[in-house]
Amino acid sequence: MINRTLPLLAAGLLLAMSVHAGEAEHVRASQAWIRVLPGDLPAGAYVVLENTGDQPATLRSASSVRYGSVMLHKSSSEGGVSRMAMVESLVIPAHGKAELAPGGYHLMMSKANPPVKVGDDVKLTLHFDDGSTLDTRFVTRPANATDAGDPHQH
Amino acid sequence: MSYADGMIPDHLRTTPRRAGQLTLMLALLLGSLLLVACHRGDSVEWRLTDVTGHMPDLDFRLVDDQGKAVTGKDYRGKVVLLYFGYTHCPDVCPLTLAQLHVVMQRLGPLADGARILFVSVDPARDTPEIMHAYVNAFDPRAVGLSGTPREIEALSKRYRSAFTREPDKGDGQYEVSHSSAIYVFDREGKARLLATPGNPQDALVHDLHLMLSLGNPT
Repeated sequence: MINRTLPLLAAGLLLAMSVHAGEAEHVRASQAWIRVLPGDLPAGAYVVLENTGDQPATLRSASSVRYGSVMLHKSSSEGGVSRMAMVESLVIPAHGKAELAPGGYHLMMSKANPPVKVGDDVKLTLHFDDGSTLDTRFVTRPANATDAGDPHQH
Repeated sequence: MSYADGMIPDHLRTTPRRAGQLTLMLALLLGSLLLVACHRGDSVEWRLTDVTGHMPDLDFRLVDDQGKAVTGKDYRGKVVLLYFGYTHCPDVCPLTLAQLHVVMQRLGPLADGARILFVSVDPARDTPEIMHAYVNAFDPRAVGLSGTPREIEALSKRYRSAFTREPDKGDGQYEVSHSSAIYVFDREGKARLLATPGNPQDALVHDLHLMLSLGNPT
C-alpha cells in the first residue's frame, strides 16, 4: 500500500509545487498599514491580499529591515476573552482574498530599529509557501487610527 | 396638525367638562409616574447589556498614569468606561481603545463627562510612564491605571473578569489573555452596562449619550 502511494504522493507534490510556482506573482496587496504605538511597544500591521491566480496562495511569513521581529498572529475574542496566537500560515484562496485586519489576522511587529514614526513608509516583504516574495509598502498610522486612511493624503 | 385640530368648530366639541378634568388629572398622574421612572432610570431602553444591580460599584486602589494613587471614588461624577488590557498587546487593545476614541469623538462635548479607565493586566511591564504615553496616544479622556498584581487581581475578580499570562515565547516576550468586555459605570459609580466586541459601536454611542445626558449637572 505504502509502496504504491509514495511515488504517487511524490508526483502529486511535484505537480503541486510546479503549479504553485510564483504564488506572489498573483497576489495584490492593498490598504497596507501599521498602527504605530509609543516607545518600543509592538505594533500591528494590516493588509488586504487579493489572489488573482487560479491556485491558492499561502502566506508563510513577513520580514522588514525596520523590525527585528515580524510574526503572523491571529487575535480572537471568544467566550469574552481576548487571546492572541501565532499562526503558521494564511491561505489566500484562488480568485479570492484574505484580510489582515484589526481583531483578526495581523502581523506583530516588534524590535523596531530605529523607532518607526507616524508618516514613515515601511517596506515589508511577504514570503509565500513556494519561496516567492512580494514587497509591499506599508503606511504608518497613529495609535488611534481604525484603518489605512485615505491613500490620496499620502 | 395642531393647526387643523384648532379648526374643529365649537359645536363639535361635545366632551363634558368633568371628563376633561378627569383626563387632565390622569395625564398629570401618568406624567409624574413617568418622571419618577425616568429619574430612577427604569424606563431607559439600553442597547447594551444592563447589569444594574448585578455588579458591585466602582472601587479600586491603583496608580494613575501620572503616578498618583487613586481610588474608584476619584472618578465619581464621571461616567466611567472600564477596560482591562496591556500595552504590549499590538492588536485587540489598540483596536478597542481606538474604537472608544471614535465613540468619544461621536459624543462631542458630552464626552468630557466620561473617562476611559484602561487597567493594565501586565503589572510586570506596565509602569505609569509607559501607560501615560500609551493612553494619551488614543484619547485625552483616557486614564491608564496600574498597580501591584494583588490590586489588579482584586479589581479583575470584583467584575468577574479574568486574565492569564501566557507562557514566555523564549525571548522574554509574552502575551496576556484578558477579558474583552467594557464595563460602564454611571456618575455615582454604579455598574450599569456591559459592552462586548459583538455590540455595534452605535449601541455604545447611544447608551453613553443617554447616560451622559441623564442627570447632567449643567
